[in-house]
Amino acid sequence: MYQSKWRIFTNHTILILGALFMIMPVWIAFASSTHTREFIFQNGLQFWPGGHMIDNYGAILFDPSATKGRVTALEMLFNSMVLGLGFAIGKVIISMMAAYAIVYFRFKLAVPLFWVIFSTLLLPLEVRIVPSYEVVANLGLLNTYTGLILPLIASATGTFFFRQFYRSVPDELLEAARLDGAGPIRFFIDILVPLSVTMIAAIFIIMFVVGWNQYLWPLLMTTDDQLYTIVIGIKQVYNSLYEGGQIPQFPKAFALTIMATIPPVLVVVIFQRMFIKGLVETEK
Amino acid sequence: MKRVQFEHSAVPYLFIAPQILIISIFFLWPAAQAVYQSFLLEDAFGMSSQFVWFRNFEDVLSSASWSRSAIFTVIFSVLVAVISIAISLFLAVRADEVIRGAKSYRTLLMWGYAIAPPVAGLLGNMMFNPLMGDLYKAFNSFGFEFNHIQNANDAAFVVILIAVWKQVSVNFIFFLSGLQGIPKSVQEAATLDCKSAERRFWTITFPLLAPTTFFLLVINLTYAFFETFGIIDVSTKGSPGGATATLVYKVYVDGFIGADLGGSSAQSVLLMIMVSVLTVFQFRFIERKVHY
Repeated sequence: MYQSKWRIFTNHTILILGALFMIMPVWIAFASSTHTREFIFQNGLQFWPGGHMIDNYGAILFDPSATKGRVTALEMLFNSMVLGLGFAIGKVIISMMAAYAIVYFRFKLAVPLFWVIFSTLLLPLEVRIVPSYEVVANLGLLNTYTGLILPLIASATGTFFFRQFYRSVPDELLEAARLDGAGPIRFFIDILVPLSVTMIAAIFIIMFVVGWNQYLWPLLMTTDDQLYTIVIGIKQVYNSLYEGGQIPQFPKAFALTIMATIPPVLVVVIFQRMFIKGLVETEK
Repeated sequence: MKRVQFEHSAVPYLFIAPQILIISIFFLWPAAQAVYQSFLLEDAFGMSSQFVWFRNFEDVLSSASWSRSAIFTVIFSVLVAVISIAISLFLAVRADEVIRGAKSYRTLLMWGYAIAPPVAGLLGNMMFNPLMGDLYKAFNSFGFEFNHIQNANDAAFVVILIAVWKQVSVNFIFFLSGLQGIPKSVQEAATLDCKSAERRFWTITFPLLAPTTFFLLVINLTYAFFETFGIIDVSTKGSPGGATATLVYKVYVDGFIGADLGGSSAQSVLLMIMVSVLTVFQFRFIERKVHY
């Protein structure tokens, strides 16, 4: 297709500006996280990295006092990993199974149960946060991984993704499988699951990022800092920045922010093709 | 639905049971409690409560702070959705045209999806920190008397900017794949007929992208409603004086910090009604658009 030189030039200029708009805040946070707190306090945010990267990141990762609690960033990263993986695995398994029942079976309660699942879309966790907290407290699940992960799984998004996908699977497969004498469980494990591998991977990636980035629920749930995820850790460190009349520990807060950002960004960039396919095809 | 289905009595229940169990415990139960509590008035110590019918709703709907928050939420959501969609569409059109470096541009513009809302909030907070924020200094050196700590409009500007920044990537991904779905032959025919790239965009490309745009509008409104909680909580905390508190943020503040369970539950129920409308709208639209 013909493009004028001017158009090509403006295209690149605009895209570079757009990329800078996205990257600049993160880059400045990174560069500023590699200076001493005195330097940042006196000179403001920095564009060029300084020489204290290893000191700052080392302290955050291994020294609990640097994160203002009894827990290091390394432990927070571990908690975030548990939340991200637990959420993604739980969501994929549970929604695959539920969608299978809805699409492939004729049973009495199919319609009412479908509407129960659908209704979860009407009331996101943010809206029913107070009673959800009470329920989890009543069950004695505060400050546990179970209490952290399960309520987040109680939503239908994954089920709808898989429902959509199953409906696009040709009916002939089921007919052929039945002719060969395969029962419903056999068909699910030997045919449907292998067919869904790309879909599972795509949803898994999306859900991992969503789980890792959870904020409000972990914030309420985890009063014990041993369970802090790194996203919650940021808020705690940020809240205590101005405490005690000391020079605010901006570089370490930035270091924590960078560390919270790297894992999900890496996942999304590395599995880019799969991730985009999953996002675009499932949400439509 | 499938033409061929299994007819089996127990198996489907076995498969659907885990989801229904989790939904019953962690969704239906709390949702029912929210509705129930919205009709109760608790005394100051939380010791006893009485059934007051719709009084909580009347209180909420007549309170100045709720209507203020509702107005802010609507303006905020519309602005965030429109601005971020416009920026991403602009970038996606350009990214679709370039040949050299197309993949790198895509990567550079899409990674922001992975940023957590509170991280975006913290980065924004940093850029607008009066002590050292580059943007804060820049705005003030241009002669704006920019003060987001005291001025409600400036604070709203900060929250909107952060929310837009965080959402551009998602919209970009959808627009770019929408653009790449337009057949090359259509684009080439359009180029022959019309030299002006701008006119080509408005008469050919944009109408073809209309379904994507509409879908993104719904997605973005939902995002601005719910997912901006983390942004607000780390950047402005709803200040000054609740001027940047969205309805969702207010539910949290009133329920957890203010310990007003009845009022907070009534707000939840009101939100639930609004979201139902949005969701049904979205669902019908999506069901209509996708042909199996």
